[in-house]
Amino acid sequence: MNSNTHNPSMALTGEPPKSLSTGQKMATLLGMAGLGILMLAMFNVNFPNQTFWLIVSLSAISIGTLWFSWDAYAQKLPGIKNDGVWFKSISNRGFWAWVVGLALTGFYIVLYFYPEYLGLVSGGENRGVIALFDPLSQLLNGNPASQWFVYGTLYTVAILIFGVKFLWKYRHSRYQRLRTLSVMFFQTAFAFIIPELMARLNGHKILDGGSLPYYDLKNVWPLNYYNFEGYRIKGFLSSGDIGFALLIFAILSIFVITPILTYKYGKRWYCSWVCGCGALAETAGDSFRQLSDKSTFAWKVERWVVHSVVVFVTLMTTAVIYSYLGTDTSKYWLTKSTFLIGVAVLLTLVFGWAMIFKRDQLQKDAQYGAIGYFVIILALIGFHFFSGEEQVFLFKSETLRKSYSFLIGSIFSGVIGTGFYPIFGSRVWCRFGCPMAAILGFQQRLFSRFRITTNGGQCISCGNCSTYCEMGIDVRAYAQKGENIVRASCVGCGICSAVCPRGVLKLENGPLKGRIDSNQVLLGNDVDLMALINQK
Amino acid sequence: MEHIVIIGNGIAGVTAARHIRKLSNKKITIVSAETDYFFSRTALMYVYMGHMKFEHTQPYENAFWRKNKINLVRAYAETIDTQNKKIHVKGRPTKFYNKNIHVPTVDGEWISYDKLVIATGSKPNKFGWPGQDLEGVQGLYSKQDLDLLEQNAPNNDRCKRAVIVGGGLIGIELAEMLRTRDIPVTFLVRESSFWNGILPKGDSQMINEHIREHHIDLRLNASLKEIVSDGNGKVKSVIIAETGEGIPCNVVGLTAGVTPNIDFLKGSGIELGRGVKVNRFLETSIADVYAIGDCAEQQEAIGHRKPVEAVWYTGRMMGEVLAQTLCGNRMEYRPGHWFNSAKFLDIEYQTYGWVFPERRKKDSEIHFHWRHPQQKICITVAFDKDAETFLGINTFGIRMRHQVIDHWLNEKRDIDFVMAHLADANFDPEFYKGFEPEIIAKYNTDLGKSITLKKKSLIRIFQ
Repeated sequence: MNSNTHNPSMALTGEPPKSLSTGQKMATLLGMAGLGILMLAMFNVNFPNQTFWLIVSLSAISIGTLWFSWDAYAQKLPGIKNDGVWFKSISNRGFWAWVVGLALTGFYIVLYFYPEYLGLVSGGENRGVIALFDPLSQLLNGNPASQWFVYGTLYTVAILIFGVKFLWKYRHSRYQRLRTLSVMFFQTAFAFIIPELMARLNGHKILDGGSLPYYDLKNVWPLNYYNFEGYRIKGFLSSGDIGFALLIFAILSIFVITPILTYKYGKRWYCSWVCGCGALAETAGDSFRQLSDKSTFAWKVERWVVHSVVVFVTLMTTAVIYSYLGTDTSKYWLTKSTFLIGVAVLLTLVFGWAMIFKRDQLQKDAQYGAIGYFVIILALIGFHFFSGEEQVFLFKSETLRKSYSFLIGSIFSGVIGTGFYPIFGSRVWCRFGCPMAAILGFQQRLFSRFRITTNGGQCISCGNCSTYCEMGIDVRAYAQKGENIVRASCVGCGICSAVCPRGVLKLENGPLKGRIDSNQVLLGNDVDLMALINQK
Repeated sequence: MEHIVIIGNGIAGVTAARHIRKLSNKKITIVSAETDYFFSRTALMYVYMGHMKFEHTQPYENAFWRKNKINLVRAYAETIDTQNKKIHVKGRPTKFYNKNIHVPTVDGEWISYDKLVIATGSKPNKFGWPGQDLEGVQGLYSKQDLDLLEQNAPNNDRCKRAVIVGGGLIGIELAEMLRTRDIPVTFLVRESSFWNGILPKGDSQMINEHIREHHIDLRLNASLKEIVSDGNGKVKSVIIAETGEGIPCNVVGLTAGVTPNIDFLKGSGIELGRGVKVNRFLETSIADVYAIGDCAEQQEAIGHRKPVEAVWYTGRMMGEVLAQTLCGNRMEYRPGHWFNSAKFLDIEYQTYGWVFPERRKKDSEIHFHWRHPQQKICITVAFDKDAETFLGINTFGIRMRHQVIDHWLNEKRDIDFVMAHLADANFDPEFYKGFEPEIIAKYNTDLGKSITLKKKSLIRIFQ
């Protein structure tokens, strides 16, 4: 064949490194069969023996995935396994990426808004997929399954099986192994099993007969934006000492535990070691990490959107708590006005600290944004005080709560955040939407020992680090200047360091002094020259 | 306004342009025939392997150049008229119209300059082998070479076997690339062990093993006699000089090093050797003409460095220095301690200071070598026999902290100090198992010492 008529892109079809081995094809078939059982159940095929078919289905999905991964990685030499990532349709926004993206999006829409199609029957016998999970639910918490139980189970299974895939893929890296075992553990124990077991205690005498709200202990406000809603506070307070302790723990988590851990280790201790959203992104989403948008435009959008979500969740939570507090100090010390003043003081302190001590580290637009939002919130609170307007932030607290729960809690974190994994990458929610990540990021950027150190002058600007950054950080832009990477959004997954062919990047905790390089160091250079280059 | 014309948009030329822009408002023009925008040459392999798309190898967004008022011209520089200070460039049409790039006609046009920077990089060596220009024979250096490889070796159906000639860094990269598409590879290395003109015996031996572990047919002591044509101008096979053996193949990769890319300068009056001759200020023999990067040849070698250094970071550093000179702060090029790094398939390699191979090292240079009993991890440390001064270190599968070792080299630390503080210099990711205790134990046995390992200290590292 003449080389002029040869079309290289056609020649790539179905050939290494993108082709599947026979084993991988069979594994895919097995996994699909498992999913098929769930699909049949969804379309109301009645399975006579639910326990049996649930076990068959979940086993087929798990064994299929594990077999596929074992075939892909476990038999190869340890090392970076990104061959053909951009040739494969699934990981390069091709046909299969859209199929999976649409399927996941559809699933989330049904899950959030039409659970009856999954077979949920409130007050009656479940049907469909949900019925299939009834026996497992009975076993764990003593009640029939809900759509959330089905989702939680599948979510945990996904993290476990794709976690094993990740362990094989990165088995040369102890950091990656430990991190993955950690997210697998926290998901299984804290997000899945413990809350279900806690539900068994409801009505028990050690809770003084009360019922605890469903509580994933590692979920911290504002990620679980609903944690301080009235019904949950009632639940905590009616459940004796244990309930009260949990409420205290929820508050300490926000104001004491997370700041200390973030100061010591950066926000990675949460985002890529503990968090459930992070766990799914790092395991099931690993094949899509390269799809994140690295443009400076995307970074700008990210800063505005994620911080706006923080403002939104703060307003919403304040309004909700305000709505159920009383006005009479003799009944309970915390009243509507004490609470509002407390919020105003806290926000002023944080704002004042950042503006006075850290202003030089904030970009121009960050300063404008912070001032703007701060003024608006305080103005609203002041307006409320002096005008006697009933709603604290112009809208009913219930309206704010419902809008937040719909827009952010469902659409953003679920439908877009996970449904669009194969199109936008695995951390869209964490990057653009998660208010928890934004708050930890604020701490990480301004007050933490964590940084990614750039190793002297070894960077060759190859771009592997930027390409595989799931948060869309242009890591190379820093590394090639010899500058440390200190970014609010960095979740510390460590993949940039792993894929670097020259050993340039290291995640580490060290002294605050010199952490953000005002003086970039490119070693090997003449010292006088570096002094000139670093002149700003 | 002074007009600075830079020929070549690689790391050297682009770094010079960026720093000139930081320091001044001069008019800057970059001429390149290879690509519209700067990309990382060292990353081309990852495009073929599917780790990255070509655009990922470009460190700056496309809008960067216009925003920084750096004019881009897509053309070949054909002639340089140093008397009238102008260059003749011929257009090289790009696929799509791009408002950011100026493309001269194919007949060419003249561009006047006030200062001219030659940063044209290298080209692959060809040693006059019979058949070296056949279809299917290629080097791996430019974007065009990458495109050619995609044509020559898209899969193992069209390329049943590839033979790579020349056991250096590009050779092993090419082998790794082809193996990702399951193409059988025969790797001809003239030396008795891979890259042993640079690596000491123990290091080189471990890489030999690793190459074979990746199912690459490594032939040591094997050089190319000729490339045989199939009669239609395409490669049919190669013949090994030492054995006379013929190896049927569809692709031959010529990776026996690179040479400065300066043919177009012949007759320009600029003094040439292997490269463009420059003094320590990177000035050529003609006023207002400078050369930087791979194509520059130092009149006198700097330290143990070679007069021509085809290394990424030296190109970058020369660009930084020249920008100072061109902006009124005449400055000498003074690279610091030698360092480099590479990746051999799955094994990362780093080197700091000088560790010479057996055939080039002085008798006063002593080596200490440690290798992990199972994994592909080893280090070699060089020191002076009498003064026991630390000279350099090679590590394989262990990352080292540049800053710490640079510091030790500056302070001329002795080998015992370096070994005792080895943990400070480790740059492996967190939770990695450090091998310092094993290394120190062998060091003590080999050299009859009794060093104790100091624990890693953040205070020493971040001092």
